[in-house]
Amino acid sequence: MSIETTKKFNIDTVENAAKTPDTELPWAELGLKQNEFDEIVKVLGRRPTGAELAMYSVMWSEHCSYKSSKNHLRQFGEKVTPEMKKDMLVGIGENAGVTNLGDGWAVTFKIESHNSPSFVEPYQGAATGIGGIVRDIISMGARPVAVMDPLRFGAIDHPDTARVMHGAVAGIGGYGNSLGLPNIGGEMVFDSVYQGNPLVNALAVGVMRHEDIRLANASGKGNKVVLFGARTGGDGIGGASVLASESFDDTKPSKRPAVQVGDPFAEKVLIECCLELFKGSLVEGIQDLGAAGISCATSELASNGDGGMQVELTSVLLRDPTLTPGEILMSESQERMMAVVKPENVEAFEAVMDKWAVEYAWLGEVTDTGRLIITWDGEVIVDVDPRTVAHDGPVYDRPYARPEWQDGVQADTFTGSVQDAGRPSAPAELAAAVTELVASPNMCSKSWITDQYDRYVGGNTSMAFPDDAGVVRVDEETGLGVALATDANGRYTYLDPYHGAQLALAEAYRNVATSGAVPMAVSDCLNFGSPEDPDVMWQLAEAIRGLSDACQVLGIPVTGGNVSLYNQTGTTPIHPSPVVAVLGKLDDVARRTPSGWREDGQAIYLLGTTAAELDGSEWANLRGHLGGQPPKVDLEAERALGEILINASRDGMIDSAHDLSEGGLAAALVESSLRYGVGARIALQDILDRDGVDLFTALFSESQGRAIVGVPRSEEVRFTDMCKARGFAHARIGVVDAASGKLEINGVDSMPLDALREAHEGTLPKYFG
Amino acid sequence: MTELPLLGEAIAVAAEPRLAGARIGVVTFPGTLDDRDAARAVRLAGGTAVELWHADTELGDVDAVVIPGGFSYGDYLRAGAIARFAPLMSRIIDAANSDAKLPVLGICNGFQILTESHLLPGSMIKNDHLKFLCRDQVLRVENNATAWTLDYQAGQEITIPLKNQDGQYIADEKTLDALEAEGRVVFRYVGFNPNGSRRDIAGISNEAGNVVGLMPHPEHATEPGFGPESLDGIGGSDTDGLGFFTSVLTKIVGGDK
Repeated sequence: MSIETTKKFNIDTVENAAKTPDTELPWAELGLKQNEFDEIVKVLGRRPTGAELAMYSVMWSEHCSYKSSKNHLRQFGEKVTPEMKKDMLVGIGENAGVTNLGDGWAVTFKIESHNSPSFVEPYQGAATGIGGIVRDIISMGARPVAVMDPLRFGAIDHPDTARVMHGAVAGIGGYGNSLGLPNIGGEMVFDSVYQGNPLVNALAVGVMRHEDIRLANASGKGNKVVLFGARTGGDGIGGASVLASESFDDTKPSKRPAVQVGDPFAEKVLIECCLELFKGSLVEGIQDLGAAGISCATSELASNGDGGMQVELTSVLLRDPTLTPGEILMSESQERMMAVVKPENVEAFEAVMDKWAVEYAWLGEVTDTGRLIITWDGEVIVDVDPRTVAHDGPVYDRPYARPEWQDGVQADTFTGSVQDAGRPSAPAELAAAVTELVASPNMCSKSWITDQYDRYVGGNTSMAFPDDAGVVRVDEETGLGVALATDANGRYTYLDPYHGAQLALAEAYRNVATSGAVPMAVSDCLNFGSPEDPDVMWQLAEAIRGLSDACQVLGIPVTGGNVSLYNQTGTTPIHPSPVVAVLGKLDDVARRTPSGWREDGQAIYLLGTTAAELDGSEWANLRGHLGGQPPKVDLEAERALGEILINASRDGMIDSAHDLSEGGLAAALVESSLRYGVGARIALQDILDRDGVDLFTALFSESQGRAIVGVPRSEEVRFTDMCKARGFAHARIGVVDAASGKLEINGVDSMPLDALREAHEGTLPKYFG
Repeated sequence: MTELPLLGEAIAVAAEPRLAGARIGVVTFPGTLDDRDAARAVRLAGGTAVELWHADTELGDVDAVVIPGGFSYGDYLRAGAIARFAPLMSRIIDAANSDAKLPVLGICNGFQILTESHLLPGSMIKNDHLKFLCRDQVLRVENNATAWTLDYQAGQEITIPLKNQDGQYIADEKTLDALEAEGRVVFRYVGFNPNGSRRDIAGISNEAGNVVGLMPHPEHATEPGFGPESLDGIGGSDTDGLGFFTSVLTKIVGGDK
């Protein structure tokens, strides 16, 4: 025992707390409200110690406790039908949900936000976002196999956007590339609403055999608790510095970074090390350390297991020996894991650690007392029921109401607006409009970003950006694989949160089906403004209601996710941005459908019908208009379209498929042509007659439930028969023309692919070098 | 030994059975990333992949060695600078320089480790554009007489993925002139120099031709459906990298294919 080092602090023991009920504690500085502090005192029957206060304050924070959203999030569980449950092996509540893939395989995936750190320090914020979500996946017993990153930044031409963009992209690349995880897709949106509050979300997916599934619980009295990986430092301690009153030593580093600093090499070693532990069945329960660090890991492990744990905090290996107990409990140092190990496995566990040169410290053991006891050199500084820390935090029914301005916004439609003046109609105008659209910040090629990510590592990437979904092989023998897509449309959701959230789900679902995969599960990252603003709270409530209703219709459950609130600049919230990830299954990834056509003479079909739906569209965005109603949601139609795309892929009826979403048919035709540099001749007269729209609307409307597919001539009859049998609208709109090097649309000036490519790919390099 | 193949143990291979007798070691350092991929490429070419661990003090029974890509020890110092001191590297250096001339292929970080080990001359610095770059890259095979390029035609153009941050090959002019004169520039970038490498050099060999290093990744172009797919247009091959592995296997088992 190192009396010298530990006696530096005036340790606030439980005994001391009981004796000194009137000691002033900095609960407000730690972000707690008066009623919350009172509740802690009530739960404990005395004032908390400094260390206990640190634990409660981080675990009861919005980020960890979901106190504002919990009452609404319940719907994801309540609306789950038996059909939706059939492939769910682990549901919401664990580090990540687990879905059955068949053949003994399981897949786990989750999406999370790392928004505010990525604004403060874009590189480390984004990097540790990847690191954190990957550790969630490892904690389930899975080998991580891919990542994705939906990004939303401020206006493309704002000087600060380049700072955030360069940093975040380099951080995601720098961390993800070093882990050996292919980056298979994501999103990129520029909008001034994200100027002071960019959204950096990160998704990771992992696979495992059923028997390898691990849960975060500490069971078995006498089992050992171990902390391993990186040492604990002073990084990521937000409000903990106010606990410095614990210390009478003024030699501490004065300023600590509130943003964590990542070490991808340590994480890569940690991945391999954990997989070796799982393979040897050497851990009983495991939990990654992310937000709230040791506070979270000990309280969650204990409350999910037999309910008790005893931990000696001076055993924690430190990077900075001056850290106080409270700071150690709150530190968010990266690349750490906590595990529960049976005494007979301790030696084998240590051998794995030594092989990978990973540091570890035995902190204590599992008990059956129902108490989480943390000591500092033998003196009790925490004595709590772990459930009260991890699960029984405050829950708020925040007031919400439909904003007064909502009606006005919805009444302001694009058609006929000032911004709609001079709508293109002549062939030259339409060609110019298509080119302007595909060069615009949100519709341009993202290859400037995706070229900075390794999409090949692992050797199992079957499709990646710019195809509709990322596809990764899981089983090399059978070709079994998964497809993933993430989508959100903040503009739609601003216009109508209920339907906007459903549109995000519909698009991700459609993207996955377009790749040929059967959609199976959903993970969502709900990025919203302040829940204390009734307008924002209404957006959140509506979005969750919409999403949970839509999941029910589509028959796929939410298996996990994250809520990120207080995303705003001053009092101006971001557009409500529910980012929805859908995971699908492909029995054989060789059957996946890419987004571009290649073979000369193939027929191009448009599936679905087009209405005049320009409100909230990318075209309206280009003209500076945001108002009206988002496109109509028809989930039954989405399901029917999905079945057609999946069957056509499985039975070899189509060679390419691309969903229609932002930018409508115009964007889809250009993207499918540029994918392999193969042109097409398109005639839309039948569509105009059938759907009663003009050529501009046919090209730029963002009606949902649509896709374009390339059908080999030999399959045309079979394919159209299938569409007819299912009563789904389909029309032959053109033919692949490999020799022309052009995209030709009747009524639109001919567009050489070279010029389209230059416009499409030139935008990001122009702004970001 | 080190590999934990939750993914990808079994690829059925129908290559020539006699090649399966050839054993190719694939080295794993802490931070190595493409080791499973290199092992898979060896299997797809018909050989037997043998996992090697950086801390091993013996090379064991292998006929050739691949040092795969990744970020060994995080590459926080200089790419490959720490890995070069691994116990197994001493064995590999000895074997490569011995009369038996063990064939050694260094890919990406493996190439960097080979230059740090002085098995190959020159060095790699940060890409001239300072960014990580992942792209499908066209290379010209300048020398098809090395252990790893026998199955290519001289002057053949191949497309394989490139993905790195520190890929700019540099050496002094005298070294570069010597490499050119001795035919030791094995691969050159075609059409686009992705990192500012001197004289468009993508890969080089030692004098004997048994040690080859390159920045692009042949192991990622060995299986249909998982290699370069953005080939502009139609009819391109996504398995152009397989020749590296068939070359060395053929050389090991001897004789014509």
